[in-house]
Amino acid sequence: MARSYSDSYEILGRDFIEAGNVSTEIKRTLRELGVSPEIVRRVAIATYEAEMNVVMYAKEATVKMEVTPKAIRITVNDRGPGIPDVDLAMQEGYSTATPEMREMGFGAGMGLPNIKRNADHFTIVSVVGRGTKLDIVVNIN
Amino acid sequence: MTISDIRTLLSCDVYAGDDLLDRQVLYGCASDLMSDVLAFSRSGAVLLTGLVNVQTIQTAYIADVDAVIVVRGKRPDQTMISFAKEKHVPLLGTPYSMYEASGILYRAGIPSTMQAALKVHNSGRA
Repeated sequence: MARSYSDSYEILGRDFIEAGNVSTEIKRTLRELGVSPEIVRRVAIATYEAEMNVVMYAKEATVKMEVTPKAIRITVNDRGPGIPDVDLAMQEGYSTATPEMREMGFGAGMGLPNIKRNADHFTIVSVVGRGTKLDIVVNIN
Repeated sequence: MTISDIRTLLSCDVYAGDDLLDRQVLYGCASDLMSDVLAFSRSGAVLLTGLVNVQTIQTAYIADVDAVIVVRGKRPDQTMISFAKEKHVPLLGTPYSMYEASGILYRAGIPSTMQAALKVHNSGRA
């Protein structure tokens, strides 16, 4: 059983060198806390997709992780362009990625659907010109 | 089947993780799209890919992929190799194309992650 824990992390947009490091750090921390591998994997995938979205589209973001014995909550609050049509962005295959992003192996239009698939609770609030906030909860057990 | 068995089947060079080749491989997947890998891979899968960059290793680490095999004789650069060693992700390379390599592994009995993932997905979660 994981003990309670919280931490926050910063992601810089366009920083393809560091992309994925926050998710890696979160994955390592959850393992050390004794969270089961399948739960860790789901949190890591959801966080990684969110992190890549920040790197590809936003200026910067703050990620917060809260772990309790019952659940893991990840919030990603970015300063960026926002998403004009969230319903459209949630559709598998819809993507606005550039060729550069596709060369990195991203931009398949699976990012937000992947986050939703791995979460027990997922909300997204986006304001055009301001940014996007994701709330991702994965239950333990 | 182990990564070592796959190394023999696909005539692989080993670039990283030569101390991890006894890992058991349960599934296979092949993609250059990392989001597809994140959506449809499973723990214990081997990934065949033509995408040769650091994000391939990052994706494999995040998704608990057992090993990455670069197809068609592409050679990973030193940055990718160092990153794979740091993350303990075995990194191999095969001269076979993605189609040939997939066929060889499938014929040898390694099932697709996709079938497995779809079953789980249809029951409510992937």
